[in-house]
Amino acid sequence: MTAASIPLDGMVHYDLGTIDRIPPGEGQTFLVAGREIAVFRARGTDEVYATQARCPHKAGLLADGIVGDGKVICPLHSNKFDLATGAPLGNACQSLTTYRTEISHDRRVLLWLSAAAGWSGST
Amino acid sequence: MMQAESELFAGPDRQRLVVIGNGMVGARFVEELIARGGNDRYDIVMFGDEPTGNYNRILLSGILAGSHDVEDTYINPLEWYEDNGITLHAGVRVTAVDRDAKLVRGDMGIIEPYDVLVFATGSSPFVPPLKGLSSHGTEMKEGLFAFRTLDDCDRMIGFVPKATRAAVIGGGLLGLEAARGLLERGLEVHVVHLRSHLMEMQLDAPAGHLLKATLEGMGVRVHLDKQTSEVLGEHRVEGLVFADGTTLPCEMVVVSAGIRPNVSLALDCGLMVERGIVVTDELRCPGDASVFAIGECAQHRGQLYGLVAPLWEQAKVLADRLAGRIPDASYTGSRVSTKLKVMGIDLAVMGDQDPADASDEVVTYSEPARGIYKKLIVRDGRLGGAILLGDASAAPVLLQAFDRGTELPDNRAELLFQLAAAEGVTGIADMPSSAQICNCNGVSKGALVAAVEAGHCTLKSLCDATRAGMGCGACKAQVQQVLELAAGDRMQTDPSVHYYVPGVPLNKADLVTAVRERGLRSVSSVFAALAGGHEDPGSKAGLASLLRTIWGKEYDDERDARFINDRVHANVQKDGTYSVIPRIFGGVTTAEELRRIADVAQKYGVPMVKITGGQRIDLVGVRKEQLPEMWRELGMPSGHAYTKSFRTCKTCLGSEFCRYGVGDSTTLGVQIERRYQGLETPAKLKLATAGCPRNCSEATTKDVGAVAIEGGKWEVYVGGAAGAHVRKGDVLVVVDSHEAVLTYMGRFMQYYREQAKYLERTYDFVPRMGIETLRSILVDDSEGLCARLDEAIDAAVDAYFDPWQEAVAPVHPSQFADALEPVGAGSAS
Ligand code: SRM
Ligand SMILES: Cc1cc2nc3c(=O)[nH]c(=O)nc-3n(C[C@H](O)[C@H](O)[C@H](O)COP(=O)(O)OP(=O)(O)OC[C@H]3O[C@@H](n4cnc5c(N)ncnc54)[C@H](O)[C@@H]3O)c2cc1C
Ligand code: SF4
Ligand code: FES
Repeated sequence: MTAASIPLDGMVHYDLGTIDRIPPGEGQTFLVAGREIAVFRARGTDEVYATQARCPHKAGLLADGIVGDGKVICPLHSNKFDLATGAPLGNACQSLTTYRTEISHDRRVLLWLSAAAGWSGST
Repeated sequence: MMQAESELFAGPDRQRLVVIGNGMVGARFVEELIARGGNDRYDIVMFGDEPTGNYNRILLSGILAGSHDVEDTYINPLEWYEDNGITLHAGVRVTAVDRDAKLVRGDMGIIEPYDVLVFATGSSPFVPPLKGLSSHGTEMKEGLFAFRTLDDCDRMIGFVPKATRAAVIGGGLLGLEAARGLLERGLEVHVVHLRSHLMEMQLDAPAGHLLKATLEGMGVRVHLDKQTSEVLGEHRVEGLVFADGTTLPCEMVVVSAGIRPNVSLALDCGLMVERGIVVTDELRCPGDASVFAIGECAQHRGQLYGLVAPLWEQAKVLADRLAGRIPDASYTGSRVSTKLKVMGIDLAVMGDQDPADASDEVVTYSEPARGIYKKLIVRDGRLGGAILLGDASAAPVLLQAFDRGTELPDNRAELLFQLAAAEGVTGIADMPSSAQICNCNGVSKGALVAAVEAGHCTLKSLCDATRAGMGCGACKAQVQQVLELAAGDRMQTDPSVHYYVPGVPLNKADLVTAVRERGLRSVSSVFAALAGGHEDPGSKAGLASLLRTIWGKEYDDERDARFINDRVHANVQKDGTYSVIPRIFGGVTTAEELRRIADVAQKYGVPMVKITGGQRIDLVGVRKEQLPEMWRELGMPSGHAYTKSFRTCKTCLGSEFCRYGVGDSTTLGVQIERRYQGLETPAKLKLATAGCPRNCSEATTKDVGAVAIEGGKWEVYVGGAAGAHVRKGDVLVVVDSHEAVLTYMGRFMQYYREQAKYLERTYDFVPRMGIETLRSILVDDSEGLCARLDEAIDAAVDAYFDPWQEAVAPVHPSQFADALEPVGAGSAS
């Protein structure tokens, strides 16, 4: 089913492929329905988090940051954010937008976007 | 009066509170108001013409001096305003207040109605009307600065590299702090002061002269009784002219000639303004029941205050009043006493600096050689004022006596000496629990003790919990003493200062031992074994660097511990692209190599091809995905321009071609770079070799350098720098062959790898160890280490491989992916 057939207030989930597409403990930028999303994989636990791709400070690509303890440090100027809530840690940036993720039984990363957000440009 | 109060809070309706000024006092007031439930009464709107949330202006001196990061200064991030339902117009200047319509107008057409209005507009630097301030009558001349905002501070720091000599106009507290900052940043600094002694607002003449001598000892040049009349230079500052006809050439001028309260808005809307906006004890503007003023813009009982402690007191009183907690709260003025933080010199002043009349008793003690001066003004057996310069250890006790007006002991010397001698834990122990420790935030000893009881047993958590030490920071040592006293065994020292990385509680030596003994070969195993399983992202790269140095080939390389540059072997740029700098050994290349670089640049549409300051070529603006193919086609090894490692060895022409050359610096440089390329080090290492003391390759200001001198000899320099810091290196040894140069350089590099802190450049490492010590260890072999160091560096050199080989064998399929696409989509509600 394509995203286009989804009611505007519904949610679309995207299958980002198996978790092994992201190296353990690192992030990866995904291009989902025309928007960039950063997806992070914790080392050891295989938890995943998804946030907006670019740092609110000066648009550093957060997926290139260093991850640990549920936090990411932006590669450009080292601002730190909580991955689960998006909250800035010790800096004055805005919160990151976060997205719901899930690991399927066959280790696939599922990302949930609201249809309105996911289907950019359709309205 | 009661009439006005009840009007103000009439009915259940919420009121609109507008605050003009989001500085240290405006924001503090709103914070205090919210803490008192003010959100239930008011919709709060703030205007601040600075673009950020609220920051600690006091720490700007620290930022200028390089001892604080911008991050340290933020008090309330933008999010705080949002979370507390405050509408903040950041970066918006209020242009008019209409008191009849009860409206505030800001830039960009923003209009906010108010029921209650608070002025907290602070002050602006006063710039005396000198000739030549502006270029072409409009803009401030380039190189001319005031010192008030974060933005001023940024611009000054940005300008420092363009200057060698700076003049600070004004020898008051702020001017001296500016002078210190610029001195720390390596400039020659002149302080030009109109009066006959420094800081005349706080100090008497003898203290002022002593301070001058101390400052001069630090390298600041002080000119007293000097009136500046003109700023020289067409477009940018070139110097100053003084009223006595003398001049001072300089490229940078900081004007710090006092401050003027920002009163024009208040004046324009008809409020009573003298030097500041006049307020009553209710902090209200006379004649308008709904307008208040606090902070540096306010004039209370004829007095203007320029320090945060009294101003924060005003913020609190107004919050009490407007929140309805203490509806009749009033402000009756503050006794100004403070510990100042001038250039790392201890200084505490309170009350009067000179006797008021003949009945005042003056007690002084001075010890010029140590820069110590103490003076007490005793009035009716009580403390009327004090100056403590160079040794402020008696300050807590004196402040206490001053604040409470207690009777002084008959033996005055006791005050200056015995109590001072009983400084430290005893001094603090003897103080009553009401004694104020933090003068900026008004935190008492009792409040600190209570916080310790509540479990705040490190300095950081204690400060966070009580706000002590979060203003100017001058009281940190005393907060630490209270902590020691109150926490006893429970005290945890503030750990991270001694740690190699913040997330693993061990210094470098202990960490290395633990890693070796337990055979910890990966970063995650270090977190598991030594940090309670806590994976601190800020510690990963430092640990990776250390483990690689310890284990060499046996290091278990977890890629997520690397900074992005070290995952993709290129330097990340502001837009997320990368740069490719292939290695060109010693800056010597061939036509064939150049052709290949040119071909690759053309084929991949590289946006910029640049000759670097490191004698090689940079292909800039490359997408991550393009990296591996480009490396393959270049067929050259990585130049490691992106990582903490050996970078380059620049060379000059040397004896082969140059008419002055006495040593073959080109061959030597190529040999050095071939041997040590890519060597992992605590911070980057940049080298150079020069064929004679003319030093065209700048070898004396490199981390490691070799300069040929007459007689077939080479001087080996270490610890030089010409980047953010400029330092001439020290000669480690003079030798007579290329081989010996390579040996000593390698030995030094290995010792640096083992001993330096993470990210400590050699320009800090060498002075920290001392060149004598280094010579004795690395040349005279005083500790019997040399053979082992030589072996270790050989092993590290052997372990080297070119990371660009990952072009053919990536460590992970997504290693160079810019962005991945999903493999499918579905829906749910
Ligand atoms: C490319 C180059 C400028 C150029 O076009 O010439 C350059 C570019 C950068 N320098 Fe540099 N430096 C370059 C030569 C230098 C030199 C001169 C030299 O190497 O002889 C210096 C002074 C020597 C020194 O290091 O002491 C120099 C002192 C710095 C510093 C200040 C270091 C210090 O502590 O004093 C930094 C900042 C840092 O390391 O924290 C820096 C940092 C940087 C970074 C890596 C900033 C960063 O982290 O992204 C710049 C990368 C820009 C980019 O987007 O790719 N660069 N930089 C030069 C590359 C040389 C090379 O071939 O490898
Ligand atoms: C470098 C430096 C070091 C200092 N060190 C110390 C120290 O060690 N100890 C100490 O006690 N004090 C120190 N001070 C003084 C202290 O910072 C001030 O007393 C304090 O900041 C005053 O607070 P305020 O809110 O009244 O003014 P400010 O902090 O200046 O805030 C006023 C704010 O209002 C804004 N504003 C003004 N007009 C408008 C308008 N029309 N529209 C919108 N916004 C407007 C301004 O942009 C500013 O952000 C230092 C000051 C400086 C500059
Ligand atoms: S290349 Fe060096 S000097 Fe130039 S902007 Fe970057 S860090 Fe600064
Ligand atoms: S862009 Fe992220 S910290 Fe600057």
